[in-house]
Amino acid sequence: MNRSIVQLKGISKNYGTLEAIKEIDLDIFKGEFFSIIGPSGCGKTTLLRVLAGFEIPDSGSLYIENINMQNVPPNKRSINMVFQSYALFPHMNVLDNVAFGLRVDGVARDEQSRRVKSMLSLVKLSGLENRLPHQLSGGQLQRVALARALIKKPQVLLLDEPLSALDAKLRNEMRQELIRLQKNLGITFILITHDQQEALSMADRIAVMNDGAIQQVASPSDLYEFPSNKFVADFIGSINFIGCQLSEKDGDVFKVITRISKDAFTVEGNNSLRIGQDCWLGIRPEKINFEDADVVNPNHNKLSGVVKNITYFGQASMYHVEVTGEKTATINVMENHSKRSSGTTNEVGDSVVLCWSTDSTSLFTS
Amino acid sequence: MFLLVPIVIISIFSFSAKQGLVDISASWVLDNYIRAFDPVYLSVFFKSMGIAGLTTSICFLIGFPLAIGIASAPKSWKPILLMIVVLPFWVNLLIRTYALIAVFRTRGFFNFSLEWVANLLGIPFEPLTLLYNDAAVILGLVYIHLPFMILPLYAGFEGFNKSLLEAASDLGARQFKIMTAVVLPIMAPSIISGCILVFIPALGSFLTPELLGGPSSQMIANVIERQFLAANDWPFGSALSMILIYLTFGALALRYFWLRRRYFGSTENRP
Amino acid sequence: MTLCCTIVFLYAPIIVLVIFSFNDSRRNVTWHGFTFKYYEKALQNNNLIEAFFNSLSIAFFNTLFSLILGTLTALLLWRFRFSYKSVYEGIILIPIIIPEICIGIALLVFFKLCGWPNDLPWPLNLSKITCAHILFSFPFVAVIIRARLATFNLAQEEAALDLGANHKQIFKNILFPHLKSALVVSSLLAFTLSLDDFVITFFMSGPETTTVPLKIYSMVRFSVTPEVNAASTILLLITIALAAIAIWIQRSWVQEVEKP
Repeated sequence: MNRSIVQLKGISKNYGTLEAIKEIDLDIFKGEFFSIIGPSGCGKTTLLRVLAGFEIPDSGSLYIENINMQNVPPNKRSINMVFQSYALFPHMNVLDNVAFGLRVDGVARDEQSRRVKSMLSLVKLSGLENRLPHQLSGGQLQRVALARALIKKPQVLLLDEPLSALDAKLRNEMRQELIRLQKNLGITFILITHDQQEALSMADRIAVMNDGAIQQVASPSDLYEFPSNKFVADFIGSINFIGCQLSEKDGDVFKVITRISKDAFTVEGNNSLRIGQDCWLGIRPEKINFEDADVVNPNHNKLSGVVKNITYFGQASMYHVEVTGEKTATINVMENHSKRSSGTTNEVGDSVVLCWSTDSTSLFTS
Repeated sequence: MFLLVPIVIISIFSFSAKQGLVDISASWVLDNYIRAFDPVYLSVFFKSMGIAGLTTSICFLIGFPLAIGIASAPKSWKPILLMIVVLPFWVNLLIRTYALIAVFRTRGFFNFSLEWVANLLGIPFEPLTLLYNDAAVILGLVYIHLPFMILPLYAGFEGFNKSLLEAASDLGARQFKIMTAVVLPIMAPSIISGCILVFIPALGSFLTPELLGGPSSQMIANVIERQFLAANDWPFGSALSMILIYLTFGALALRYFWLRRRYFGSTENRP
Repeated sequence: MTLCCTIVFLYAPIIVLVIFSFNDSRRNVTWHGFTFKYYEKALQNNNLIEAFFNSLSIAFFNTLFSLILGTLTALLLWRFRFSYKSVYEGIILIPIIIPEICIGIALLVFFKLCGWPNDLPWPLNLSKITCAHILFSFPFVAVIIRARLATFNLAQEEAALDLGANHKQIFKNILFPHLKSALVVSSLLAFTLSLDDFVITFFMSGPETTTVPLKIYSMVRFSVTPEVNAASTILLLITIALAAIAIWIQRSWVQEVEKP
């Protein structure tokens, strides 16, 4: 059903001795909102520049609509880009900026003005045609940059950290706007960002990159719930890692011993770990509960500790619990205020028992 | 290459010997350089450096408070003040020198005004000889090169983070201490740039000593000119100008090494 | 206070010079009434008029060639990486750094050695001076254009490329508008430098090829007369007008930077 519009096969790019991207294989489907996310320096910008044609990969091949892009320069690709700092032409007004792509293609004047007009109304900029870029606000600049890239009706729109220059409120507004535009136009959007919230809230699928390689490609919820490795688990959302050793394996049920307290935990899932191998147990803070005296579930994993610090977030609080055994570790527990059942509140210095169910943890190789 | 060939030619010339009136042979001798160290010419070099040095110091003493003044002026005034300072730079050097002659010559406006004041006070007045001496040359050089000092200093003050002053006084430093411990070290690169920008052209100046100086206030450039146009000793003139070029590069090299030593490994606060 | 004194110091001599160009007296010190007499006299001085046209022709050709050479140099240094690039950049700056007198005599020797003919018809008789002027003007042009290019946002070029523009269209629509003001400023500077230069021209000129500064110099050596004042004032007005335009344009850059 999903037809690939962009295909990367073994794309690599080096700058001198630095391997910016290594052997990247990726399929991006027609009409999806795809996001590439990773820490700075992970190679995501290089990947974007390869797609746009500003960088020529050292090896591998890139197909757009099944056409090899090897010798196609950027100005001949049916891909357009929204630049990080917008890169609007400062000496041209909004109208000329948006019409630029049509003008260099020699589109007839009346068609130009018709298309510019409808594009400006699409991005809600009607009436600002004669303004120069320095007379516009950040959000308006963003819309001009979008309009300028979209007017050529590209197959794929690349967005390079498009919201990084906006303040928090405007950023939320533009997120909704981008989603609306993408659904209306049905164009494939490829969004580059280092902001996981941005990617999680907008994209249909996300590729997480690190060290020039793609770590995982999945939907936002799969990425959060089932991270394929420790880096992805750590990069998306926050998570506690507990160093363990695998002691028993029974089908999908694993038993591990923590290195802190020698407590044994049960983990459900599949993994290729061998008995005796060192591994990491990952638990999201919101999946951990404080044990209630009333409700006792024998299947739950437990760990006792002392509350050392509490960070208040409004709708929730993060408890930093120190667990001491052979070693000392801090486990973060997120508790939503509205869901608290009893009236008791944990204070700094309280001894608490942490518990979580067997299916809310993941195991990662070290 | 077009730029380099003439320079290379005179550097070869400087090692050459003069044969007859026009023939010059490239004989790779140091005679011309040795002759340049003759006390007569050596004293011209020292005098030129002294005059240029004095000019630079005076420019700095005037330019420093002036640059602070412009930099701390109200925002709407700054471009106007700056333009006022820069505009004379565009005016012909010759015209400016000529204007000075008109004002300061024995029967010029300055003496004329003094005479008027003297008459008013009933003091007998003898016109002062203000031109054709070393002081006049220095005055002329200061007059011409002042904008070169003010501009880099102003640029330095503009980039100067004013909260550093507040931090210093917050930490209890007095005015003088603030000046010596905070302002001068941070401004040092701009000050050096300004001094270089004044010193180099002042050292090589030709027109000002020619027009304002007396027979004893000749600078290197005038001697060089005479070797070419009057004495017709091209190799010696070339040697003298090569020495002038070496001095210029020497000054630049000093600045370069000073900045490098000072800012080695540090990228902050670089103006 | 210092500011006022300095401004007086900088301007008083020039203003006095201008005022007394209208003075109806040969003695030049006391005011004897307003007159245009010396302007008429200056304008009737054929030598001066000839020098004036020489100066303008030299300045014109100098501006043209410096602009072309300087812009090409700046573009080359900006766009391409090549070995010894920094050496080349240093060489470009030589005419700006070393004393004028050295350039003057170096060129004197150079033209003598290559046997440049002295008796060419107009405008080729000015070619020696013009070449010398180009030599010291074009580095200034190159420096200004280079500085302007340094503020060019390369993403703009990529954006244009991304929108389908070819290299010619990018140059015409994106790079040229960016450089336009710098081109104007540097051509004004080249024009003024050429019009004002004395020292280098001094070594290049022959009996047939005087320029206004040279003419004024010979008049100044002779005596201080209102006629010299008048001639100086004319030259002054031209350069100040050019300077004012240049400074005004540069101010508009500053505003552009302040409002990104």
